[in-house]
Amino acid sequence: MKTKRFITNTACHILLAILSFIWVLPIFYVVLTSFRKEGGSYKSYIWPRGYTLDNYVNLFAGNSNVNFPRWFANTLVIAIFSTLISAFFVLCVSYVMSRLRFKMRKTFLNIALILGMFPGFMSMIAVYYILKGLGFLETGVLKQVALVLVYSGGAGLGFYMAKGFFDTIPKSIDEAAYIDGATKWDTFIHVTLPMSKPIITYTLLTSFMGPWVDYIFAKVIMGNDTQYYTIAIGLWTMLEKEYVEYYYTQFYAGCVVISIPISILFLLTQKCYVEGVTGAVKG
Amino acid sequence: MGIFKKKEEPVYYKGSDASVRQAFKNGDAVTKLSFVIFGLGNILNKQIVRGLIFLAMEIGYLAYLFGFGIGAIGDFITLGTLEQGQVYNEALGIYEYSTGDNSMLCLLYGVITLFLTAAIIFIGCMSGKSAYATQFRKEHKQHIPTFRDDLRSLKEENLHAFFLTLPIIGIVVFTIVPLVFMILIAFTSYDHEHQPPGNLFDWVGLQNFSSMFSQGSKLAATFWPVLSWTLIWAVLATSTCYILGLLLALLINRKGTRCKGFWRFMFVLSVAVPQFVTLLSMRTIFNANGPVNVMLRELGIIGATSSIPFFTDPLYAKITIICINIWIGVPFTMLSTTGILQNIPAELYEAAKIDGASAPTIFRKITLPYMVFIMTPNLITSFTGNINNFNVIFLLSGGGPDSLDYYYAGKTDLLVTWLYRLTITQKDYNLGAVIGILVFIILATVSLLTYRHTGSYKDEGAFQ
Repeated sequence: MKTKRFITNTACHILLAILSFIWVLPIFYVVLTSFRKEGGSYKSYIWPRGYTLDNYVNLFAGNSNVNFPRWFANTLVIAIFSTLISAFFVLCVSYVMSRLRFKMRKTFLNIALILGMFPGFMSMIAVYYILKGLGFLETGVLKQVALVLVYSGGAGLGFYMAKGFFDTIPKSIDEAAYIDGATKWDTFIHVTLPMSKPIITYTLLTSFMGPWVDYIFAKVIMGNDTQYYTIAIGLWTMLEKEYVEYYYTQFYAGCVVISIPISILFLLTQKCYVEGVTGAVKG
Repeated sequence: MGIFKKKEEPVYYKGSDASVRQAFKNGDAVTKLSFVIFGLGNILNKQIVRGLIFLAMEIGYLAYLFGFGIGAIGDFITLGTLEQGQVYNEALGIYEYSTGDNSMLCLLYGVITLFLTAAIIFIGCMSGKSAYATQFRKEHKQHIPTFRDDLRSLKEENLHAFFLTLPIIGIVVFTIVPLVFMILIAFTSYDHEHQPPGNLFDWVGLQNFSSMFSQGSKLAATFWPVLSWTLIWAVLATSTCYILGLLLALLINRKGTRCKGFWRFMFVLSVAVPQFVTLLSMRTIFNANGPVNVMLRELGIIGATSSIPFFTDPLYAKITIICINIWIGVPFTMLSTTGILQNIPAELYEAAKIDGASAPTIFRKITLPYMVFIMTPNLITSFTGNINNFNVIFLLSGGGPDSLDYYYAGKTDLLVTWLYRLTITQKDYNLGAVIGILVFIILATVSLLTYRHTGSYKDEGAFQ
């Protein structure tokens, strides 16, 4: 029995090791290329001939067209604001849908489902004209506000995951709070939220990622305002034909640089997943 | 009266539960007038602040309507009549453009005006209902809530209104209004030959739809193959990511696995790296001269100068994209399922163990039903997400390899990337909108049916 368990455990660990090797390999390649000494794009070999830190140094020196530090700051600000707004929206909507019962509830659920079925950027052109009509596209800063609004405005529709989570928290806990005289608001703030760390983390993470990876909306709204670019369009610019031969390795350096803060964030929030909610609900 | 005096029955019925029709039928003159002059019933009954808020909204709307709205509705019907022309300026000796109507803006302002009108009708009904509720309370000698009471109720019985207002405004402005706008464009002639402000476009009815389906046309010859690839892609992408992600989560969460955090981190790493970075580097890695082909050449599996056409052969491209999507999607599923796996009540497992259930039985009877119950809505959203998965296709293959048989589409184009090409590159906004509507119809029929049959829709409390 013991040997059998040992064999299964070893097999599982070997399998995990192989899988994580596959998953880490491309990331390793990105890091490797970011230290490559030879410029230019494709090479007929895998291991770089020489290593250098110049790619990073040049990246942060920044010039008027390729101003990486500035793009980084832009994206960070936009990401923070849109994360706060959209996490607020998502948690509000999902809690209401999971716990409160009111007249229009089923209607809202159905409408949300229907809206989710339209391709997202089918509305992009219309959003662009609405923002233009409201005067949001006059200056660069206003464009950034517009981008925050675009990223977080419709966030309330993405409530399924959080609602599913709230559904699993026993109702008896809420009822106990009501008996103790808590209002529904108090229950939400002091009872439900503290037990929902995993799902709050999940919500925050997914909305934080949005601005870092979105290319289309940012490009449409920002146009040619290079100064106010977010990271994604900025890095894309580096891969454009007139830049690629010179900036190819810097592009990978840039990729590594943005991945670092997000990875650290993941490390910190990892705890929330591990702790989970089971322990809190049991009592 | 006597001893059998009828006890005053406790009024659970609050008046605010009345429907709009009841409020109008049973209301007195002031209540009825409140449907026209917003907030009147509230102001007359000392609910000054509430009444003034209603009134201010009405005045604001009327100012908009007479200043701008009526003209906007007129333009909405005609979509502009005055075409931009050239006028010869004799003093300067050049041709100058005369300003014409912009059909695009006519349409947009029309839609906005319609939405504002709908909103004001809704507020009018609210005003009437509110006046009726107050009248009802007055007749029954109940306490008439002050503004402070109103605010307090937002924390208790009206918490849903408090929580939903802002999200719903966001959804209306950034999702619903633009959608209605684009849907209307499907019924106009807004293509590359009718570009405002230079040219006007007009309503054309169902003409765009019929050209999409007419037999033998290039559009129809593009639509059907693109549609079938979209469906194949969505089914494969969703199922592979879900099954493999769930298995991975179970593998990491099982009792015997050590260093759970470490393993999780290895996979989370690929989520942490922004998606377009991984997608772009995958594109270079599988390029004709990329590292994978270089490695295969060095190992002697393929000839020294030949390369596997990962993105240039239609079939290879499809397989490559699905495999790369697994690489991207599995860690995401692993993350989301881990939270839920940890949330399964431990009592269920303990009870099962006491009853002597084996591990596979526990998985089949507890873990799987629980996961399916929680994850079905999520699965449906990820299916719809995959049908609309723009990033993966656009950044990996760009829809290519291109095909001459298609109307501006490639072999791996999804409907949604085709939509992108039609609107952004080709400026055929009307065709793009038609495709958007068709995508919606497909998704609506598929998922509304399945969603209505899932356990978590029918019986939300099953696991509570």
